[in-house]
Amino acid sequence: MNRDELRIAILETLSGIAPEIEAGAIVPDKLLRDQVDLDSADWLNFLVALHGRLGVDIPDADVGKLTTLDKLVDYCGRRL
Amino acid sequence: MIEFRLPSLGADMDEGKLLEWLVKPGDAVTKGQVVCVVDTAKAAIDVECWHDGTVQALLAEPGTTLPVGALLAVLREAGESAADIEHRIESLRAPSATAPAGAAVAAAAATVPAPAVAAAPGPPRRVSPAARRRAGELGIDLDAVPPGADGTVALADVERVAQRAGVAAAPPAPAAMPPKPAPAAATMAERAAQMRKVIGAAMARSKREIPHYYLAENVSLAAAMGWLAEQNAGRPITDRLLLAPLLLKSVAAALRRYPEFNGFYRDDAFAPAEAIHVGVAISLRAGGLVTPALIDVDRKDVARVNRELLDLVARTRAGRLTATELSAGTITVTSLGEQGVATVFGVIYPPQVALVGFGRPTERPWAVDGGLKVVPVITATLAADHRASDGHRGGLFLAALRELLQNPAEL
Repeated sequence: MNRDELRIAILETLSGIAPEIEAGAIVPDKLLRDQVDLDSADWLNFLVALHGRLGVDIPDADVGKLTTLDKLVDYCGRRL
Repeated sequence: MIEFRLPSLGADMDEGKLLEWLVKPGDAVTKGQVVCVVDTAKAAIDVECWHDGTVQALLAEPGTTLPVGALLAVLREAGESAADIEHRIESLRAPSATAPAGAAVAAAAATVPAPAVAAAPGPPRRVSPAARRRAGELGIDLDAVPPGADGTVALADVERVAQRAGVAAAPPAPAAMPPKPAPAAATMAERAAQMRKVIGAAMARSKREIPHYYLAENVSLAAAMGWLAEQNAGRPITDRLLLAPLLLKSVAAALRRYPEFNGFYRDDAFAPAEAIHVGVAISLRAGGLVTPALIDVDRKDVARVNRELLDLVARTRAGRLTATELSAGTITVTSLGEQGVATVFGVIYPPQVALVGFGRPTERPWAVDGGLKVVPVITATLAADHRASDGHRGGLFLAALRELLQNPAEL
C-alpha cells in the first residue's frame, strides 16, 4: 500500500466514524481532532477501526503521537 | 392482546414519524426486539417491543407522524385466537378509541388495513438512516439496493448502486476522497432548526419549572490517570480504557449513597429511581445534542461501561439509537472532554433532578503533603433540583464523587 492508498484508507475510516466530515478539506499537517471535532470516544473508535482495517497494532504509548493525518500515514506506513 | 404504542422518546420529544416496519403480520416478536424505526427531530430511532407475541395487525402506515402514545400495532399473545382479536381491533380502529386524548386524529389517519401490509413482498429489511437519507438525496429506490452481508442496507450499499448508475458526482481523485455531492441543504437546515426547537422547548421547561442550584469542586485525577495508564499499557487498542467510564462509574457509585439525585420529579413529588441509568450528553456535529443512557452503570465494571460507551457513541453517530436508550436516563452527565473548557454548569433534563458536569482535565498546581505538585485536575459540577435536594447534600454528593475518583481500582 503506497502513501496515497494509505491516506485514502485512513480518510475512509475517518468518514465511517464521522460521516459529516469533508475529507478533502483536511489539512494533513494540522491537528486532526481540531479539524474534525472528534471526542475521545470517536477518536478511539477511529483508531480501533483503523487497526481492524489495516491490521496495524497501536500500543497505548503511541496513541498520543498520532495527532495529524501526516503522522497517521507515516505511522501506519512503517508498521504495515 | 397487546397494544403496541409509540413509547416515550425522551422528555423533549412528543411525536415521531414512522419510517418503516421491521415486522409484518404473522411474525413472532420477542421481548426487546426492534420492530419499527421512527424519525424524530433529533434522529431516527429503533423502537423495541417489550412483549412476546405475534403481530396481528399493523395499524400505522410508514410516513405518518404520530404522537407519543399512538397505537402502532396489535400483537396476539400466546393462546389467543386471531379471530378473537380481529374483533377487538375493529373497536380500536374506531377514531374515538384509537389513541390518547389529542392523538385521535393522527392515529386514526394512520390506520391501514393489515392485508395491504401483509402483501408487501419479501421480509422487511433494515436500512440505516444515513443510507435512507442518501438514497433520498440521490433519488434512488431503496428496494433496488442489495443489502450488505448482515442484511442491512448501509450507506456504502447506496453509494455502490449510485456509482454503478452513474449518479455519483465525480470519480475518486487519486490522493483524496471522492468529493461528496452537497447534501440537500434545505432538509439539513430544516432538521437543524427542528432540533434547536425541541431542545429549546425542553430546556425552557427545565429553567421555568426546576429551581436549579449549582455546586463545583476541583478533583485531582492523579490517581485515575495513573491507573488508566497502567491498565492501558497492557491492553490492545481494542480494549483501551477512556477516562469517561471512570467518571461515569464514580457518579453511579456516589448516587448509590445519595439517591436523591437519581430519579424523576413528577406530579409534585420526587420519585427516586431504583436503577442507575446514566444519560450521556453527546453533541452532534451537525448541531444539537442527544442524551442516550447507559443502562445499570452501577452494576457494570469499568471495562464494560467503556465498551458500552464506545458503542453508544458510534451508534449515535450512525443514527442507530433505541427508544429505550433515549428515555431511560435517571440522571445526565455532560463531559466536555479534552477539547472543552474548565467548567460546565448544566441544565437539568426534565423530569430528572440532577446533572453532573465535567470540564476539561487540565494540569494544575496542586498542594500535596505540604508542597506543590502539578497534577491533572478536573472540575466536577452538580446542577440539582431544589425540590428534590439541598445544597448541603449536593456538596456531600460531589465530595463522595471526589473521594471515589481517588480509588479508581475500586470503581
